[in-house]
Amino acid sequence: MLAYLIRRLLISIPLLLGILVLSFVMLKLAPGEPGVIQQDLQARATGAQRETLRQLYGLDKPIYVQFGRWLWRVVRLDFGRSYSPDGRAALDKIAERIPITLGLNVLELLIIFSVAVPLGILSATRQYSAFDKSMTLFVFVGFATPDFWLALLLMILFGVQLGWLPMSGLRSLNFEYLDFWAQVWDVLSHLILPVLVASFGGLAYLSRLMRGSLLEVVRQDYIRTARAKGLPEGDVIYKHAVRNAVIPVVTLLGMMLPGLLGGSVFIETVFAIPGMGQLFVQSAFSRDEPVLMALIVIGASLSLLGNILADISYGLVDPRIRVSGREAR
Amino acid sequence: MTGLPAPCRRSPRTLSLLLVLLALVPLAACSRSETAAEPVAGEGGPAYGDTLVEASIGDISGLIPNITSDSASHEIGNLIYANLVRTDKELRLEGELAERWEISRDELTITFHLRKGVKWHDGVEVTAADVDFTYRYMIDPKTPTAYAESFRQIRRAEVVDRYTYRVTYEKPYAPGLLSWGIWILPRHILEAPWKAGVDLRTTPQNRYPIGSGPYRFREWKTGEKVVLEANPDYFEGRPYIKRVVYRIIPDQSTIFLELKARNIDMAGLSPIQYRRQTDYPAFRKAFHRYRYLANAYAYLGFNLLDPRFQDKRVRQAMAYAINKREIIEGVLLGLGRPAVGPYKPGTWWYKENVKTYPFDPERAKALLAEAGWKDKNSDGILVRDGQPFSFTIRTNQGNLVRQQTAEIIQRRLRAVGIDVKIHVVEWAAFINTFIRKKNFEAIILGWGLGMDPDQYDIWHSSKTAPDELNHISYKNPKVDALLEAGRRTFDEAKRKAIYGELQDVMAEEQPVVFLYVPDALPVVSARVWGVEPAPAGISYNFTKWYVPANLQRYTR
Repeated sequence: MLAYLIRRLLISIPLLLGILVLSFVMLKLAPGEPGVIQQDLQARATGAQRETLRQLYGLDKPIYVQFGRWLWRVVRLDFGRSYSPDGRAALDKIAERIPITLGLNVLELLIIFSVAVPLGILSATRQYSAFDKSMTLFVFVGFATPDFWLALLLMILFGVQLGWLPMSGLRSLNFEYLDFWAQVWDVLSHLILPVLVASFGGLAYLSRLMRGSLLEVVRQDYIRTARAKGLPEGDVIYKHAVRNAVIPVVTLLGMMLPGLLGGSVFIETVFAIPGMGQLFVQSAFSRDEPVLMALIVIGASLSLLGNILADISYGLVDPRIRVSGREAR
Repeated sequence: MTGLPAPCRRSPRTLSLLLVLLALVPLAACSRSETAAEPVAGEGGPAYGDTLVEASIGDISGLIPNITSDSASHEIGNLIYANLVRTDKELRLEGELAERWEISRDELTITFHLRKGVKWHDGVEVTAADVDFTYRYMIDPKTPTAYAESFRQIRRAEVVDRYTYRVTYEKPYAPGLLSWGIWILPRHILEAPWKAGVDLRTTPQNRYPIGSGPYRFREWKTGEKVVLEANPDYFEGRPYIKRVVYRIIPDQSTIFLELKARNIDMAGLSPIQYRRQTDYPAFRKAFHRYRYLANAYAYLGFNLLDPRFQDKRVRQAMAYAINKREIIEGVLLGLGRPAVGPYKPGTWWYKENVKTYPFDPERAKALLAEAGWKDKNSDGILVRDGQPFSFTIRTNQGNLVRQQTAEIIQRRLRAVGIDVKIHVVEWAAFINTFIRKKNFEAIILGWGLGMDPDQYDIWHSSKTAPDELNHISYKNPKVDALLEAGRRTFDEAKRKAIYGELQDVMAEEQPVVFLYVPDALPVVSARVWGVEPAPAGISYNFTKWYVPANLQRYTR
């Protein structure tokens, strides 16, 4: 198990390097220069001042030199300072936002998994029932609904019309004056809409997958055997079928992490949540390269980690797969 | 990046000529205002207390505004820091930290006399040494500021005594006076790190600033909010509104929804929001809507290095061919007025009755024919020397108003035989790939206007280098001479005459086709009293706004 983990981690390194080279080159090829140099066409910033800044940040060097220098610093965990006027260390800017984005994503994964699996099971065991059909409808609506549209509709309904839920931010303005439980509710109520919107697509997708997978499994010989033995239907489904059917779902859940991280870019912008996604958008618009590249490194690492975790959990749920490295089949 | 610009606050008076990224940047000046009948009853007159919540589309970039360039940082900086001079409700210069000033007979020297007893938020007195520090910091080549140029014109600066500061310019420099509207920084906090070579952006002052303005800094939660609290010792009296909160909401639709839910007290509207989405009783009861000319204009500019556009008649023809009224009605929904020159109507330097170009396609065709552009093969496109008249208009992404303007212009120019293509590009790429490299044929952009008529940087022939602002490469000796003359005297009557002549030349020359001056459309919660629209906008008397005691919403 440990050997397998180490091997997987080692394989991830060239993969990560590839991602970084590509990202770096694309960033450099994209038109536009860091905002600090551009000064947004402010009057009275001279060309000579800009040239000085370019040299200061090493932007006058060829791309491979810049990449080499950048990589050498990153290896020592120095991601440089942001080009934005606050001039803070890129890592500091990201560190204060990581818990929010990760927390949000973990919450989304939990919700997607804990809702999609039962929904899928119910659909499969009641195939072609009214429930199954309405779930099918729900799923297609879920696939087809653009996130931004759903977000705005829910905000208009729950925020403006009914006034039940806050629409943006993580905390109310009077947060510091609330008692503990009121604070907990305050944060939770701020999370309802963004988590709902972020989970919606994944939920639809995964419940469909669970349904299909379970329908596949119940046609297997060993299920027929179990039924022939006279096991109660509940035991057949929940002890034998579901455990096998859930395997592809677990894998895909791990694979969904990169998608969710990407989705954070949108969710955090619309709901004004100060997480990594929001920072990514700001940095992209201002061509804040140190922060952008640091975010890419972290995002890529998290995605690769998600894949590894999915593989490991695969082994945990599937008795046929043992990741000892020696006897893997 | 469309619509909903930040509402106007006392604007950064010094900082003339920022290229406008937003469609509407309501910096100042009111000509019309429209307010629903007083919908809420308030009792007891001015009262202290309550919180005003505003939204900003982007996080602020720092709290030393002298070295930032985003409008959110400037707005907040204006509340935290005081300036030597500022413009009043009529856009005239008045003293803030400076009680008065004298200009020497030769117009080279300005002597500022500071108010006595003004305190920084930490209790230290504001003196001429602080002004001097700010000046020296601004001209330091290592200071990453865009506002150094006017301070570089100073030959000698001296602290005469604790409350007197004197600057002498190389040549008389009229915009110099207004440049002292720069935010004055605390010497006792910043001088030591500055002398030690520390980048001031990394000092605590940039996160937890000490200023001398009407509001004190309380907290800045990155990406979430900035909170300011009334300064009880402000030298013009404690502001009534106790707390100002800037919430950072990076999405325009969200800001608008929060406004409708009354969670935000102040915002700027886009034309469509003003006309169609806020014109219902509940909204009019909850908010006062204001409308006045913004301090900005939009234009269609040409690359004047291109021989086709060097002919004045061609530019005049385009001015005749474009229907400005139609753009204002169709795109701004009537919320703006045609621009005839590079200045805002209503300022003391604005000249009425310059040459205008009413919509007249026939006249446009005649002028084009005179310039040698004829439809030789009857395909509707004009040709000269075998070349069809065809060009691309570029503008920046995220600004729907400009994109729609481009489409209307495209249709009108096609009608007189000019083939136009439209290319919309993301801002950073737009500036870097096209503007700076002068790699464009035509552009639609806007200028935000300063509080001084000096526009040397935009029109002077010496300002055409890649990083400078005359990116259309306009060169006219007459204009150069007028721009120079306008800077060299403080005499308002003389300057008015000089800039009047400049406007005549520009109206005749059409270096760009001036399109429209949009309206600023701010809304303020109806529980806030004391808002008095004036030529300077609504925010000039922010410290005098109040919420009557019985209407206060945030009591803690």
